[in-house]
Amino acid sequence: MNVISLHPYDLAVASTLILLDAVISLVFRLRLHRGLLLAALRMVVQLVAVGFVLRYVFGVGEAWLTLLVIFAMVLVAAREAAARPVHRLRRGGFLISLASVATPALLTCLFALLTAIRPHPLLSPQYAIPLAGIILGNVLNSASIAFSGVLDGVGVQASAIEARLMLGDTYRTATAELGRDAIRRSMIPIVNQMSAAGVVTLPGIMTGQILAGLDPMEAVKYQILLMFLLAGGSCLASMVAVYLAAARLTDNRGRLRLDRLATG
Amino acid sequence: MMLQSQLLSVQELNGFGVGPVSITLAAGERLAVMGASGAGKSLLLRLLADLDPGEGKVTLAGEPRDAIAAACWRRRVMLVPAQAGWWASTVSGHFELSMMDTAVATAARLLLPPDIMKREIRVLSTGERQRLALVRALARQPEVLLLDEPTSGLDPAATEAVEALLVEWSRERKAIVMVTHDAMQAQRMAHRTFTMNRGRLMPA
Repeated sequence: MNVISLHPYDLAVASTLILLDAVISLVFRLRLHRGLLLAALRMVVQLVAVGFVLRYVFGVGEAWLTLLVIFAMVLVAAREAAARPVHRLRRGGFLISLASVATPALLTCLFALLTAIRPHPLLSPQYAIPLAGIILGNVLNSASIAFSGVLDGVGVQASAIEARLMLGDTYRTATAELGRDAIRRSMIPIVNQMSAAGVVTLPGIMTGQILAGLDPMEAVKYQILLMFLLAGGSCLASMVAVYLAAARLTDNRGRLRLDRLATG
Repeated sequence: MMLQSQLLSVQELNGFGVGPVSITLAAGERLAVMGASGAGKSLLLRLLADLDPGEGKVTLAGEPRDAIAAACWRRRVMLVPAQAGWWASTVSGHFELSMMDTAVATAARLLLPPDIMKREIRVLSTGERQRLALVRALARQPEVLLLDEPTSGLDPAATEAVEALLVEWSRERKAIVMVTHDAMQAQRMAHRTFTMNRGRLMPA
């Protein structure tokens, strides 16, 4: 592979674009410059730190260390997914988010490692960690959109849901449309991503692999595999998220328990 | 009129903003609940319909509420709130096919337009919605109706039609608990009237 290695000087040149953004923000009084510079700085520090961590983990090559890194990533993803909706569950929000993010991500990851990639050893960090990372990122998005669909949507639809309950429908029937809406909405990004792949955009992973010198057809095969994994993981995540969030909003008498929601 | 056997029995019912409340309703009985806004009248109806958690002994025709599946309870002891919710865009979307004939006949009795089933919910007036919510509930054949200000937005003719229908319906071994601010209506409709104050019921 012919990899053109980047020098810190190259990155410094590219960073002038961020400075340009900041200048534009100042000139047009967008009040973006501070946030933008801080985000750029955070991104650089985080990525460099991750680079060092990954280099160390790859060097050690132990399965337990790989699992530990993945576990930490799962915890952060679960926290993010739980934090995004405007309305949150008063209790149990993090655990539900953890189950919605961890189960689909780990299952999809394991599925890919066992069937398509088959690295030796199975938990080889070069494969398991990036794979878990990209799947977690997507699963996090789907789960948080699904959470928002249920937790933010239930307030809007409360009178319609309760109308069905009053007329003798079960909680499951009364909230079916809310759940369907939430799942549909959470799947839109991945469907868009698949439809646009290669026509409108070159997906990030593929671009990265081609830039890193991999044969385009090899990069394409990896990208197709990833898209399938992401679609599978996203669907699973939104279903688990919707089911668990909706279950938390009812009790043993099938009531709608809006008192279990908190704002902000 | 002759009141028949006991249908709904409530003993020491307590819930958020309500209680303790104890009442019994015989089959064919109509009961009115009056009281200031915020006294807990609507909350009482929600508690009776098992829409809010509460404690106490509630039975329907001798069967304890806990022994009846929640959905089944709410189909038998049905609440029609002051402002009903709608889940479908059209009126007909709120009725199963098997209910349609009864619903159309009831709608006509309540002076609703003949083409009401074909209309969209968004174009209906407050009064039309209020009567349709009642039609929707009656089509499901409950045993006890819990009504929260069922005629608050209606003109005198529509109010009279609603009252006549409810009186006739309750005679068939059914019971009604009705929240109203209209003392004359309570007098016309109810066998007994209670006043609610700070979550407690007292005979008016």
